Amino acid sequence: MADTEKLVTFTVNDRKLAAPAGTLLIEACKTANVEVPSFCYYPNLSLQAACRMCLVEIEKMPKLQTACTVLVAEGMVVQTESEPVRKARKSALEFILTNHPLDCPVCDAGGECELQDMTFRYGAAESRFVEIKQHRDEQQWSPVVYFDRPRCILCYRCVRVCGEGMDVWALGVGNRGVSSVIIPNKQDHLECEECGMCIDICPVGALTSGAYRYKTRPWEMKHVANVCTFCGDGCKTTLGIRNDEIVRGDNRDKSGINGDFLCIKGRYGFDFTQHKDRLRQPLVRVDGVLKPVSWAFALQTVARRFQETQAAGRPIGVLGSTRTVNEENYQLQKFARRVLQTNHIDHHRTADFPALYDALAGKHSPVPLAASEDLKTAKAVFLIGSDPTNEHPLLAWNLRWGYRLNKTRLYLLNSQPIKLRRQAFRAAIVPAGSEGQAIRFLNGGGAVKATLSQTAGPDDKRWPQTPASRPEATQETLGDFRERLQKESDVIIVFGAELRGDDIHELVKFGSSLPGTTRYIALADNANSHGAADMGLYPDLLPGYTPVADVAARQRFESLWGGAIPSAPGMDAGDILGTAGKGELGALYVVGSNPFRHHPVDPAALRTTFVVVQDLFLTETAKQADVVLPALSAYEKQGTLTNTCGEVQLQKGGALFEGAKTDLEILHTLAGLLGHKWAAPDADEIFTEIRGNVKGYNVSLVQVLAGSSALSMSVNGPVPHQHALTQIQPNRDSLFTAGSLGRYSTALNAILEKRLRAEKV
Amino acid sequence: MSFPVAKAHPLEVRVVSKRFDIPDANTLPVYLAHDGFKALEKAFRLAPEAIIEEVKVSSLRGRGGAGFPTGMKWSFVPKQSAKPKYVLCNADESEPGTCKDRLIMQYDPFAMIEGMLIAGRAIDAHQGYIFIRGEYRYLVDVVERAIAEAYAAGYLGKNIRGSGFDFELSAHTGAGAYECGEESALMESLEGKRGIPRLKPPFPATSGLYGGPTVINNVETLATIPHIILGGGAWFLGLGLPKNGGTKLTCLSGHVNNPGVYELPLGFPLKRLIEEIGGGILGGKKLKAVVPGGSSTPIFNAAEAETLTLDFDAVAKAGSFLGSGGVVVLHEETCMVKFATRIMQFYKHESCGWCVPCREGTNWLLLTLGRVHRGGGRAKDIDLIREVSENILGRTFCALGDAAAMPTLSIIKKFREEFEAHLDGRPCPYAPTLVPRAPAAGPFVTV
Amino acid sequence: MSIFSPQLNTRFDELLKRYPVPRSAMVPMLLYAQDELGYLTPEAIREIAARLDESELAVHEVIGYYSMLRTKPAGRFHVQVCTNISCLLRGGEEIFEHCKQRLGVNNHGVTPDGLFSLEEVECIGACSWAPAVQVNYDFHENLTVAKLDQVLDKYRTGGVQ
Ligand SMILES: Cc1cc2nc3c(=O)[nH]c(=O)nc-3n(C[C@H](O)[C@H](O)[C@H](O)COP(=O)(O)O)c2cc1C
Ligand code: SF4
Ligand code: FES
Repeated sequence: MADTEKLVTFTVNDRKLAAPAGTLLIEACKTANVEVPSFCYYPNLSLQAACRMCLVEIEKMPKLQTACTVLVAEGMVVQTESEPVRKARKSALEFILTNHPLDCPVCDAGGECELQDMTFRYGAAESRFVEIKQHRDEQQWSPVVYFDRPRCILCYRCVRVCGEGMDVWALGVGNRGVSSVIIPNKQDHLECEECGMCIDICPVGALTSGAYRYKTRPWEMKHVANVCTFCGDGCKTTLGIRNDEIVRGDNRDKSGINGDFLCIKGRYGFDFTQHKDRLRQPLVRVDGVLKPVSWAFALQTVARRFQETQAAGRPIGVLGSTRTVNEENYQLQKFARRVLQTNHIDHHRTADFPALYDALAGKHSPVPLAASEDLKTAKAVFLIGSDPTNEHPLLAWNLRWGYRLNKTRLYLLNSQPIKLRRQAFRAAIVPAGSEGQAIRFLNGGGAVKATLSQTAGPDDKRWPQTPASRPEATQETLGDFRERLQKESDVIIVFGAELRGDDIHELVKFGSSLPGTTRYIALADNANSHGAADMGLYPDLLPGYTPVADVAARQRFESLWGGAIPSAPGMDAGDILGTAGKGELGALYVVGSNPFRHHPVDPAALRTTFVVVQDLFLTETAKQADVVLPALSAYEKQGTLTNTCGEVQLQKGGALFEGAKTDLEILHTLAGLLGHKWAAPDADEIFTEIRGNVKGYNVSLVQVLAGSSALSMSVNGPVPHQHALTQIQPNRDSLFTAGSLGRYSTALNAILEKRLRAEKV
Repeated sequence: MSFPVAKAHPLEVRVVSKRFDIPDANTLPVYLAHDGFKALEKAFRLAPEAIIEEVKVSSLRGRGGAGFPTGMKWSFVPKQSAKPKYVLCNADESEPGTCKDRLIMQYDPFAMIEGMLIAGRAIDAHQGYIFIRGEYRYLVDVVERAIAEAYAAGYLGKNIRGSGFDFELSAHTGAGAYECGEESALMESLEGKRGIPRLKPPFPATSGLYGGPTVINNVETLATIPHIILGGGAWFLGLGLPKNGGTKLTCLSGHVNNPGVYELPLGFPLKRLIEEIGGGILGGKKLKAVVPGGSSTPIFNAAEAETLTLDFDAVAKAGSFLGSGGVVVLHEETCMVKFATRIMQFYKHESCGWCVPCREGTNWLLLTLGRVHRGGGRAKDIDLIREVSENILGRTFCALGDAAAMPTLSIIKKFREEFEAHLDGRPCPYAPTLVPRAPAAGPFVTV
Repeated sequence: MSIFSPQLNTRFDELLKRYPVPRSAMVPMLLYAQDELGYLTPEAIREIAARLDESELAVHEVIGYYSMLRTKPAGRFHVQVCTNISCLLRGGEEIFEHCKQRLGVNNHGVTPDGLFSLEEVECIGACSWAPAVQVNYDFHENLTVAKLDQVLDKYRTGGVQ
């Protein structure tokens, strides 16, 4: 909303109200709990005034006015329930219904249809329209998008969210007059990011989801708030669960950090939970073959073999997960260090968080981390590397939002002309691998060759409705880029895995030289990558990035965990796998990770290594295991997740899956079998322990429990952390892939197949 | 291109049409020989404010349909603007019953060009476009040739005739859409988009084409400007009535013996137009009704037509509009239900589809009117037609919705008994005159 | 390679110079392309979209809106009969019915030899000379059924190109 200083006062239905100047009347009414019905109006999208539902009476105006386009003005006198207004509303509904089929009983939107609700509330049920309605068959536009043309009420929300919100522009309007129709960009089908935003935003059942169609009715589901388990952005996805099975993902109450937004993965990817290959029984290798066994037998086998390995003095390596919850990761490293007495623990790293926290140590107060939502209102954002459109769909959405609604100036430095350059105020394309050098240039170092392009900026006539074509100009150095950037204040710096180690120190040096408070977002790939790092899944770092070699810190955790832990830093993932490859690893405990996919280890070398894999599927790694323990997915358990920005959110679970157990329960049982008396596996209690002992995690419990996010702040002081920068290996996911997990989503695969087919043609 | 000249009727007062009977006045030499560009030379000597003042004095009101005072419209344009300003000529001429702008472009295109130059000078704009409906292809050729001649002779381009004033001008073709005559839809169309009207405010005077301050006027309005500048606002005003200055082209059509386009002083009596100029009703039949200003305007019955004078205020007072000057005469054998149906067929076809009441309402009305006309009407349909029209009126995004509702309401009100005569399966009483047909409503058009 | 004639391409170049935004040339380009090709073929749409740096969807949106633009072939002589009010009062419908009979096609139909197509159109600005018909871009006014036959015959026998 506009300038809060300037309040205007006006009257609605004889009530005196005040709102900031520049507020739309419809929004001002909403704030004051005065309902003005609407279809075409949608907050933060362009104004249409097409449905005419929001007509209200304003004194001194000859005609009824659309509340969705009128700005509140001093002394304005408004009636929203007068006789003329009611009549206009009723007739608008009547008009809409003339060509709308009354197939509510079989319509997917039945029960959550805005038109149904409105008809119920404002009447017009008895139809005076006796002519033949237009009919057309339903069309399938993509594996996930179906369009039922007669149901469409032409509110143009889908067109706008696809164009303005997503910058995809795959939907348009064809024909004219009563024949007007929403059309997809490829005549009879869609070629798009398949985000499903059009379906979500459709007020009726015209656009429906291939995943959900005709499956159930809204009231037959329970709706459980979860955090999407795919990328690092941490969108809230509300799962519709019927008979313990997830049948739908959406963002029905728009209350999460993602507001309106969900990408394809958050919306449709949940179907991996019901994949036929999901593990339902523990497996133990007998005579070279994995055979189903009981849980008791499997766990006892693991405990016995761990004990034997420990007794033989052979090393045990532990690889944790970037998708399990914080509580599980925290307990896993505790299990490694306390129970297995090893610091050989690591995870699949996709960002260098220790370097960021080290660089920030002592430099900033208060919080130098930015929350995802801050991107919507930032004055300027400096984005280095990554391709957020594909790898961080929510952050990309927020960046576009800022550009569109708050004129955020985006400075982009990348080796590829990524799609967000369309919103970039200045874009610099540098040779791959020279991103770090470019940052040094910003700090006064040697020149880097770059191809620069720029938008015409917010004053461009076509801004921001359509992406204008950008003139590209080659320049020798980033001089102008630096000059402009240096004039910005309160910049948010977002960087991908292209920057690691010293490069990040250089980046923070540059950030610190900018006016105002510079904030940072390090981009990591998976749902709990940031959490895994924070929880201490490092060979040399305890939870909260405290060095294991630091005596005081170690002792603090030792007293908390009731016993000694090894003091020397352990092997990192690369070394663990290398040792295994040499046949020198005693045991390998892999939780929710698939290291062999990209780092295959010779089965012959593994013959003397006891391999335990805890996962949802028989992955490349699990196939080589001696024991496979079926784990529950993120949607089937509770806990907290930390997104790439550091925002902590609650996972509520809600779905059930027979045969598998949570990683937490498995860990606690194993600890017990190995002689450690751990309390019952209660995620809440462990979160309390985390809040009390992991620096930066003393976040508001109320906030987290209420389902909103709380920004963690793991900045504590120097993080002495030496490691091979090659340990950082980003997934480079597309919109339709998500590490190993994405492969088990039928919906994602269907789209990938469709795209492959389209490419061949 | 040469056209047979259009001779004046003795009752006409020819100002804007004064060169219609001069052979080849659409060529620059002939235009120049007949006062061409003299007004521009004069305008160059006047301050912009003085030009606007002269137009205000003339009381010239827009000839495109709305009748808005032109001088006032020009004065709304801000003096300073970061974005370029534009002068647009609305040559979309699509209002049924209207065929006058066509003649101006055909016989006297330079007057329109000169008017645009003067408008540009008055508001400090340096770019103009003439938006010509797609069906008038031959006029695009005529106008483009005139523009080329003007450029060649230094009446367009940089430093026009040494005045220091620059003005670029192009013709632009539409491609079939009545709604593109609505000023903001026209701008959308000119920007290469669907002709969907824009939200107002902002109004074109502050933010129009490409977001720049824009003056948009009808062809006739602009073609009248040079005459006003040359003859003086007071002179022009004196030709007509107070607040209804000057003369106007009137397109007479329908059941009269001499249909045609006639330039008449504002305030000319309708009856004299029909009888003395139009030569009376076709076949000596009796008058039934008159559409005063194009299909969008409420209709008058014979009694009302008797005393009506054709000027903006008088027609408005009588409950309709002078509109674009399309006077359509209907004799006693016209089926008013059929007439109303055909009007609705037009609006249903031309509704841009953006807003609900117009999109759905015109379709609903067409289907119902057609059904009544074919004899499938029920008694309650008459009030239904009225109520649906009332539900469109005043509630649509742009004026097209009103344009569909208003004539329908007037016909239902004034000729209700004709609707009643069609009910209960009775055949159309006028069937022999007009073949009853199923309306072309039908299914979706496939893309 | 352009699918348009060099003359048309020159015209496009000239058009594009007229506007500050390329997209402004879209409607004229489409109409002129249709004049040359008879209708807007998928290739024409693709090429125009590319020239304007717009999506094909944007072009389709525009084509769908304007009633003169078509994506299906019409006859060599596209007969457009106005039946709007002024023409209606002067026999426009009879003219239209007569065209149907003479050409043997319905509204939007094309004769089998591809010579003629027929369309009932809205007011074409010939009200004072009603009833009127447009064949391609040529106006034929003050028609009677007999005069119409002469007009059609002229086209049929090649008297008019
Ligand atoms: C649906 C609709 C169609 C219109 N069509 C035309 C038209 O074809 N020609 C025209 O000059 N004005 C037309 N107008 C009026 C224009 O919006 C505008 O008022 C006019 O161009 C202003 O010029 P004037 O002030 O010189 O009359 C139309 C208005 C509406 C609402
Ligand atoms: S009234 Fe509405 S649907 Fe009709 S033309 Fe105007 S905006 Fe379009
Ligand atoms: S919400 Fe205002 S017109 Fe649709």
